[in-house]
Amino acid sequence: MYAAQLTELMKTYYMGDNVVRALRGVTLDIPTGDFLAIMGSSGSGKSTLLNLLGCLDRPSSGKYMLGGVDVSTMSDDKLSGIRNKMIGFIFQSFNLITQYTVLENILLPLQYRQGAPTITSYDEKRCIEIASRVGLAQRLDHRPFQLSGGQQQRVAIARALINDPEIIMADEPTGNLDSVTATEIMQILKDLNAEGRTIIMVTHEPDVAIQTKRQIYMKDGLVAGEGIFAYESTAQPVPH
Amino acid sequence: MNTQFFRTVRLAIKSLLLHKLRSGLTMLGIVFGVFSVIAMLAIGEGASSQAQRQVLELGATNIIVRSVKPPDDGENTASSSNSRVLRYGLLEKDYRLLTAIPTITQTTPMREIVKQARYQHRQLNVRIVGCTPEYLTINHLNMAPGGRFLTGHDLDSLENVCVVGSQAAAVLFPYEDPLGKIVQLENQAYQVIGVTNERTASAAIGGSMSGQDYNKDVYIPLTTMKVRFGILNVQRSAGSFSAEQIELSQVTLQVASKEDVISTAEVVRESVERNHPRSKDYAVVVPLELLKQADQIRYIFNFVLGSIAAISLIVGGIGIMNIMLATVTERTREIGIRRALGAKRSDIINQFLTETIVLSGTGGLVGIFLGLMTPVAFTGLKFAVNQFVLSGSSGTSDISRIFLEMQPQVAIWSLPIAFGISVAIGVIFGVYPARSAARLDPIEALRHE
Ligand SMILES: Nc1ncnc2c1ncn2[C@@H]1O[C@H](COP(=O)(O)OP(=O)(O)O)[C@@H](O)[C@H]1O
Ligand SMILES: [Mg+2]
Repeated sequence: MYAAQLTELMKTYYMGDNVVRALRGVTLDIPTGDFLAIMGSSGSGKSTLLNLLGCLDRPSSGKYMLGGVDVSTMSDDKLSGIRNKMIGFIFQSFNLITQYTVLENILLPLQYRQGAPTITSYDEKRCIEIASRVGLAQRLDHRPFQLSGGQQQRVAIARALINDPEIIMADEPTGNLDSVTATEIMQILKDLNAEGRTIIMVTHEPDVAIQTKRQIYMKDGLVAGEGIFAYESTAQPVPH
Repeated sequence: MNTQFFRTVRLAIKSLLLHKLRSGLTMLGIVFGVFSVIAMLAIGEGASSQAQRQVLELGATNIIVRSVKPPDDGENTASSSNSRVLRYGLLEKDYRLLTAIPTITQTTPMREIVKQARYQHRQLNVRIVGCTPEYLTINHLNMAPGGRFLTGHDLDSLENVCVVGSQAAAVLFPYEDPLGKIVQLENQAYQVIGVTNERTASAAIGGSMSGQDYNKDVYIPLTTMKVRFGILNVQRSAGSFSAEQIELSQVTLQVASKEDVISTAEVVRESVERNHPRSKDYAVVVPLELLKQADQIRYIFNFVLGSIAAISLIVGGIGIMNIMLATVTERTREIGIRRALGAKRSDIINQFLTETIVLSGTGGLVGIFLGLMTPVAFTGLKFAVNQFVLSGSSGTSDISRIFLEMQPQVAIWSLPIAFGISVAIGVIFGVYPARSAARLDPIEALRHE
């Protein structure tokens, strides 16, 4: 069973006369329950790939099966629904809504649920459960600027979990954090993976990547290698 | 659907409250736009209903035929230079002709002259009206208790009796009961037999600017007037002398039903025309026709004033759009986050459109509240005009009197319209910012600093 399957996925950006081939044919199978680290140098196409995986964008060509459904040609509205229901996002810069409290931030994805049902007391109970799980039970009324970076990232994780997604996409989740906090965040992600969620994470830190189950290495819009050692021996990427 | 709607509205209110000052200032444009629409319409309504009331005071079933001094052309001066007396106006034979029209139920001929009335040392220029008993009912006058109006007997026996208008009575008899007292009307003695109640002025007729004020009238029998005052109206001014001969100043005719008024007026015009083939020395005033004109004027008035006020609403709308565009830019990152978390383009459109509508709708409600205060504000305005504009000038002109007597009337129908317009302004000027928010690419938006 695969959480995601990419076949010859390409993404080309046209900027005037300039053609940027950000992804040049990525073929990749991600089994359910995987914990994948995408590595590679800056500009190699990691974020582009993660955006496609997260249904924030559509490929120029190729096929993307998400949970057994072809999403490569889905409409914008359908993709919005999939992002809401199946995917949880964690960003490097947290991306919390500053004027909202912790509780409101965590509840935000519920607002865009299919049919937009009212937020029930069950939802709020779940929200508090998730918040206590990431250690935020005492901070529900705080606003993001009153929290440390590590706490803000915990809010983002809680928010990513509120709709109980199958896949969590994280773009350098520890990039803005000190190493102690980074370790704590990684522990939470590992726990989430342990309960069966697929996690796809972009990182360029080997000591973060090494804590995942599997690492791929991107170069010039292609998957250039797999395994933690592929990253260290950049001169000789292991063929895929 | 409903819960979603309320959630969106709550969300909009919340985000508007984040920038209270900015939201408030943005709203001001709509507030004053709506206020001026309501105020303009209220002033228009007030002015026209004042005009309407005055026309109705003339009597909706009445037809008034009045003597009018003809324009000073060659023909008239020729005749008047011979006799030094200007003869014009309605004749008694006109009156006899008019009484024969079958649809007319009541008639009253009348002749008026302006003279001084005196009681002891108090004096007042009054309009002396020589008339018949029917004058009372046709002109909707009422008698104050105790007195009576002129009777047929008074006319037949040429009694020297008079009925005094309420204001004239108040000036001449401030401390006494006028009944039974003798007033001097140009050195002739008349006994007061009654006082009329106060009556609101009616519309101006027969080319004179001022409305008819009944309260300073003194009524005497028409026959008595003819005998005692003669048939000439003599005016002396600064050494020159002029005399006019007018048999009847006015004939008021009452028609049985409103439906017959217009057709009867045609017959009246034709009848009088027969005796006055060449000179246009009379006027036929049909209050019902005036009423229709007044209605038309009212529509034009409302339309023009409303349009002027609508411009300020549009300016308010542009102000809102400007701020909303700035808000969209400022909140690009937030839009990206919401999109990543599953918001559809339509969710983003709804969010921003709702904010604009809440903003303009709230502005509209505040504007309506201010609009309801129009009469109060207008009273203040009148006070200011009285104090600073009219304080220097002696006596009040007709225009300023009309202004001072006018009372704006907030038209109830203008309130939902004003609110609807303000919401519509929110929709119209909110669509573009909302769409530009929804068009943002989620990835670009997320990257936005
Ligand atoms: N929206 C875009 N328009 C044009 N070029 C882009 C866009 N996004 C990314 N690129 C280009 O695609 C390539 C891959 O970018 P990206 O996926 O962000 O790399 P990484 O995340 O590995 O640093 C880069 O050359 C980048 O300049
Ligand atoms: Mg990147």
